[in-house]
Amino acid sequence: MKFGVLQFPGSCDEIDALQAARRVGDAELIWHGDRDLKGADAIVVPGGFSYGDYLRAGAIARFSPAMGSVIAFANDGGLVLGICNGFQVLCEAHLLPGALLGNANLRFTFRQVELEVLYAGGSFFASSQIGERLSIPAKHAWGRYYADPQTLSAMDRAGQLVLRYAPGQNFNGSVHDIAGVCNERGNVFGLMPHPEHAVDVLTGGSADGLKIFESMRLAAEGARA
Amino acid sequence: MARALGCGVRARVLIRPKAGILDPQGVAVERALPALGFAGVGNVHIGRLVELDVENPDQLPEMCEKLLANPLVEDYEVEHLDGSG
Repeated sequence: MKFGVLQFPGSCDEIDALQAARRVGDAELIWHGDRDLKGADAIVVPGGFSYGDYLRAGAIARFSPAMGSVIAFANDGGLVLGICNGFQVLCEAHLLPGALLGNANLRFTFRQVELEVLYAGGSFFASSQIGERLSIPAKHAWGRYYADPQTLSAMDRAGQLVLRYAPGQNFNGSVHDIAGVCNERGNVFGLMPHPEHAVDVLTGGSADGLKIFESMRLAAEGARA
Repeated sequence: MARALGCGVRARVLIRPKAGILDPQGVAVERALPALGFAGVGNVHIGRLVELDVENPDQLPEMCEKLLANPLVEDYEVEHLDGSG
């Protein structure tokens, strides 16, 4: 099973994403100018500051040739994980509902956050339980998730509000403490915290992030079987 | 003013956060002004300004919808400056 990890000018977490993916399968980088997804079974859109975050985070990256292929891949049911800037790119590409705004505290904030899994199962939380806690680092200035109330209630009914900040952990002002959401079909998932930085207790504070990559591997292999 | 294009108009796009969405930069400035002695300031909002020469100003709304603004969270307004160029 192979992950494709996108790389934009200004990406900075693509190597950690590659290393995390390689703990559960094969992984290869995909340059933003390439349309070929190299036969990847799952795509990771990594963190960083794609195209300098000019205009709005993710606004320009969303139109890159590689993203054109990722949009087709996702519409075809392919698994796509967006982390931090990758989450912003997926929202700008309308693969995920809502938008990410400047943190309410107006600061770039870097801290270990406690998250709660609200909807277990599916392609990204196959081995998790509802209410399970994950401890994962977050580091961003534009992570305040927003969607209008009608969209949020539809997402809630459809089980798309997958991951939230545990009580007291929502430092960026996200609506309903939302840390990560998936699309209606459940094959595209984005989150602001960084699971690729939490794959080893020594450096990540936990290895909880690995669960997401492991779940994607299971889902991709299941889809292929 | 330097013109890249031989014809068309100069336009200005004003982009601001939608009403009702927290604008922390606006709130920060709204608090800072009274601290400097400027009383009676309220409802401060901070957005973006994009100025551009366009040959076909009819395309401006689509440019705004697709790229310049995020219509989910921002309102935009197009102004044509100085008529035709």
